[in-house]
Amino acid sequence: MSHYNFKKITVVPTAKDFVDIVLSKTQRKTPTVIHRHYKISRIRQFYTRKIKFAQQSFHDKLTMIITDFPKLEDVHPFYADLMNVLYDKDHFKLALGQINTARHLIDNVSKDYVRLMKYADSLYRCKQLKKASLGRMCTIMKRQKQSLEYLEQVRQHLSRLPTIDPNTRTLLICGFPNVGKSSFINKITRADVEVQPYAFTTKSLFAITALAHLRAAVLYVMDVSEQCGHSIEQQVSLFNNIKPLFANKPLMVAVNKIDVLKIEDLPQDKQDLFKGFEEDDIPERPAFIPEAVLKKRQAMEIEREKRKTERDIELEEGDDYILDLRKTWDLHKPEEKYDVIPEIWEGHNVADFIDPDIMEKLDALEREEELREKAGYYNNDDSEEDEDTKVMRKTAFKVQRSRVPRTAKKIAAKDMEESMAELGVEIEDKSSTHYSKLRERGASQRSASRVAVKRKREVSENRSRTRSASKTTRDKSGIRDEPMAKKVKKIARKAQFGFNQEARKGEADRRVLDMKPKHLFSGKRGMGKTDRR
Amino acid sequence: MRLEKCYFCSSTIYPGHGIEFVRNDCKIFRFCRSKCHKGFKKKRNPRKARWTKAYRKAAGKDLAVDPSFEFEKRRNVPVKYDRQLWTTTVKAMQRISEIKTKRQNQHILNRLKKGKELRLEADKLEVQKNIHFIKSPAARSVQLEKKLVEVIHEEDEDKMEEV
Repeated sequence: MSHYNFKKITVVPTAKDFVDIVLSKTQRKTPTVIHRHYKISRIRQFYTRKIKFAQQSFHDKLTMIITDFPKLEDVHPFYADLMNVLYDKDHFKLALGQINTARHLIDNVSKDYVRLMKYADSLYRCKQLKKASLGRMCTIMKRQKQSLEYLEQVRQHLSRLPTIDPNTRTLLICGFPNVGKSSFINKITRADVEVQPYAFTTKSLFAITALAHLRAAVLYVMDVSEQCGHSIEQQVSLFNNIKPLFANKPLMVAVNKIDVLKIEDLPQDKQDLFKGFEEDDIPERPAFIPEAVLKKRQAMEIEREKRKTERDIELEEGDDYILDLRKTWDLHKPEEKYDVIPEIWEGHNVADFIDPDIMEKLDALEREEELREKAGYYNNDDSEEDEDTKVMRKTAFKVQRSRVPRTAKKIAAKDMEESMAELGVEIEDKSSTHYSKLRERGASQRSASRVAVKRKREVSENRSRTRSASKTTRDKSGIRDEPMAKKVKKIARKAQFGFNQEARKGEADRRVLDMKPKHLFSGKRGMGKTDRR
Repeated sequence: MRLEKCYFCSSTIYPGHGIEFVRNDCKIFRFCRSKCHKGFKKKRNPRKARWTKAYRKAAGKDLAVDPSFEFEKRRNVPVKYDRQLWTTTVKAMQRISEIKTKRQNQHILNRLKKGKELRLEADKLEVQKNIHFIKSPAARSVQLEKKLVEVIHEEDEDKMEEV
């Protein structure tokens, strides 16, 4: 802890308040409605929660008190001493210890009753258990009445103590009242110290002992004129009393109010009292400046004189002056100072490639590249495709093209038989072919039930006529095969989804179908929204 | 003068082009064109916009990890100007970019290989299964017969001549 702030300690409530706070908090922050006919587990849970909540709030509050108060072992010895003098170390520790035990006891009580709650078999029993446990917790707290009161007093006093940071350098100005300490402060600083003409109390006099722990320079102010109401003898004896506390500290005695009475004008016996101070050797404490710093300072001063600034040159040369920043460049070879430095090469920053080991790295890369080439990493086996595969692929293409389209035209059975016979397929038993069967059944059905009202007209086109290869349609151009076509269709459908959600055809569709929809613009506007009528 | 990279699409921004946005935590976002700037303003993730370099790298479309990328870097190490070093660097840059493009191209070719394989498989299957679309299996046997008949005829003629 570097900084001490005893003003932030939370208020310690009295035992009675403590109990009230926790009980009302429990009442407010836990559910309140429970009925007899509820499931027993629910009732148990309801009351367990209350017990646990009360315990937790007690626990939190007590922990807060314990942690908030400073531990005498941990704080700076100045504060430890001060607190020992002001509040009695033993008493303070005892009070905090009791609070700690109370916290433990409360925890144990709640644990016990939560355990007991498992055996409660009715709402009434649960309620009694809760009542008992809260009662016991409150009793424990009531026993802490005195410690709590004591701690509250300590807190109030602590918060009123002046804040002194024991770790920084401090100036201690001390002396009898009205010797001119506050006037001194008012003179040398802007702090407007109120002059408070009251004397030390005995207790705060003890507190002075704590000041011995501070890293302070001490200024003891004395009043020669004795206007403050204390004789010089008294002042000197007080000084001698507290002097041992300030051993190893720079100690100065200031003699004030010499405008009223000079030391020389004092009677001899009183002058002698001051002699004692003069004998005290006050060590000289000059600021420590390292030698290196001194040297540097000297060097800087010398350099500063001879340095010629750019401004000087400009004034010398007048209109011929051109700002040259490169002349101060500190390069390995000074003749390269005025080189034109390439910055960009084909979209790359040259500066990004600058690396003293670039050649080694490039060599490594080249070697790797060679290895890759040897390993055949770059062999793209296009040529490896042999004649058979080529033929096979061509056939596959033909097969794909020859798939029977949905719009295939009817072929007369006789035509087919003829063309097949030409190819050498002879059909011995015509009645067993499946197309003949189909026809038979179809014919019989037709004759039995209904006659086709209208026959589909067939395209009277000479099939043998050759067609020139027409341009592929746009939706098929660039598409390799069936799977690819399917994929393309799928992608197109997906891409359309977003636009469909927005009721748009595509990116370019910015159409507003109705600039002024009737239902939004007809009639008067009511009190409601502007976009509803 | 420096060429910067677009925050969104990673394209090169030449001096005098694009727009720069400095966020209140001092991070600088540079955009090559309004398209990228708008994408940023709409909080689009460049890794998800399919047309950006970031997407292509993240999705494995482009080569992402390679020692040839290690050369171009902001090193934040001050190096004094040295004519020798600069000339070698410029030369090295050319070679590096050569290697880099070669590798990038190869990466794409490798990616395409799988598709080629699959298509070959599909073609094989197609031919195996559906050859009867273009060729009657029966017709083939007839043709064979014809050929055989011809051969036999020829043999017969030969014998006759011998006799």
